[in-house]
Amino acid sequence: MGGGAMPVKRLSILTLLLALAMIAYMTIGSRGNWDFVLAFRGAKLLAIIAVGVAVSTSTLLFQTIAQNRILTPSIMGFDALYVLIITMMVFFVGGQGMLSLGPYGLFTLNTVLLLLASFLLFGTLIFEHGRDLTRMILTGVILGTLFRSLTSFATRMIDPNEYAHIQIASYASFNSFDMELLYIGVAIIIACLAFVWTIRHRLDVISLGYDVAINLGENVRAVQLLALGVIAILVSVSTAIVGPVAFLGLLVVSIAHLVTPSPYHSTLLLSSGLISCLILVGGQTLMERVLQMSTPLAVIIDFVGGLVFLLLLLQRLKK
Amino acid sequence: MISVQNLTHQLGQQTILNELSLSIPKGKVTALVGANGAGKSTLLSLIARLMKLQKGQILIDNMSVGDTPNDALAKKLSILPQSIHMEPRLTVRELVSFGRYPHAKGRMQPGDREKVAEAIKVLDLVDLADRQLDTLSGGQRQRAYVAMTYAQDTDYMLLDEPLNNMDIAASRALMRVLRDLCAHHGRTIVIVLHDINYASAYADNVVALAEGKIDQQGTPLDVVDSAFLQRIYGTAAKVHILDDRPFVQV
Repeated sequence: MGGGAMPVKRLSILTLLLALAMIAYMTIGSRGNWDFVLAFRGAKLLAIIAVGVAVSTSTLLFQTIAQNRILTPSIMGFDALYVLIITMMVFFVGGQGMLSLGPYGLFTLNTVLLLLASFLLFGTLIFEHGRDLTRMILTGVILGTLFRSLTSFATRMIDPNEYAHIQIASYASFNSFDMELLYIGVAIIIACLAFVWTIRHRLDVISLGYDVAINLGENVRAVQLLALGVIAILVSVSTAIVGPVAFLGLLVVSIAHLVTPSPYHSTLLLSSGLISCLILVGGQTLMERVLQMSTPLAVIIDFVGGLVFLLLLLQRLKK
Repeated sequence: MISVQNLTHQLGQQTILNELSLSIPKGKVTALVGANGAGKSTLLSLIARLMKLQKGQILIDNMSVGDTPNDALAKKLSILPQSIHMEPRLTVRELVSFGRYPHAKGRMQPGDREKVAEAIKVLDLVDLADRQLDTLSGGQRQRAYVAMTYAQDTDYMLLDEPLNNMDIAASRALMRVLRDLCAHHGRTIVIVLHDINYASAYADNVVALAEGKIDQQGTPLDVVDSAFLQRIYGTAAKVHILDDRPFVQV
């Protein structure tokens, strides 16, 4: 317990790689006015990193409180729920009504609604059936499909002009963000990360399982609720900025367990965050600047992440 | 002293414990015995607040289970549950270090590290300390769990069938460690045992459960005889007395 066991060398290498990727992202293929390039790409870079860390942290937290390494907030339908909430809002209030709330008001309202909904849905699910993995997966898949179908149903009914309000939230893109929300989003993510860091030891104990955590005097339900709240906020922010990124979280947390195997959240939070940013920044640089490919990065990440999900599932079934 | 009063526990329609009252003396090894489904594990889990109290009262010294904050109780009482499925990549030392959590809250002091080293030594795990749990045998893993409970350094230690997966050498070694903890460190041990002979050989006090109630309580010599085995387990077996300890001929 405590910092002594940190794999400093591996974390340093990850940090170095990330720094290189960031430099490459900022400089490769840039022509013209540096002031403009740096400001323009800097904002994009900030968005990518913020989302990367939000996704890795929310996934790690979810896996800790749900006691398994296969499920993630997006597999359980958290971000689909966020998109559904926005769509329903457009549907019932209309684009004009949404605009009158302003971007911050809208975002706050969405986040609060997602918080409430996730406590109701996922809270009861984890409390009642947290140990039953099959049930959790099935419920997640069903909920996710339900949210997506409701979303697409509602989308068909609304005015095409109003659809623009939903678009950013519905598709993952690391090229077009909601810039208005970027800075407030980053601030919220930093606050969440700072809070998660303060409860890292409690999370370590929770990951040992219900009985052991109770024996060690930890209040399991309280930590689960705190974590669920943080997850809902992080998912809101990252979905609001770039849209849903389905398998990114699963991919990066699985890699983090391989690269820095550790029972401690201090190590895992850092390494999964670094790996997440490295994949996003490095991948985006490679796709956009070097290979000049038009395939969105999110598609490739989902493809690889989806394979990892299947592998983990098969491994688990074999046991 | 652990004092249990009028404890009733139901799962669905089924009554697991029925108005059960019991006193477990301090500084002794108490064995809980009984047929499968008699309510031993439920009783232990309720004492250790792993399950929610439905009806009745449990006092540990003067702390009431259910009203005492979780972390305060964790310094008084520890439990080794029957089935723990622990993160397999933990090393033995990391696992045992978690035993200090109620005291250190994640910030280990030199005193905590000493306690961890002591637990590893007492449970004979020195050579295995840096191995991961999934590389150990069932018995070695069980010893590592007991070492974690030891490091927690509580007056009361509850163990739910710790001899599962253990061969005779490991079982005897563990029972001796528990006896020693009781005799020389003043710990109170409550242990659920399947094998009545281990209870007879190592316990000061035997508590027999049947159908959610206390059937009998006393020294092994008072409790264990042929009539007792017939009543509790429904099996006819001879009981011999050797050095003031009863032994069941199996």
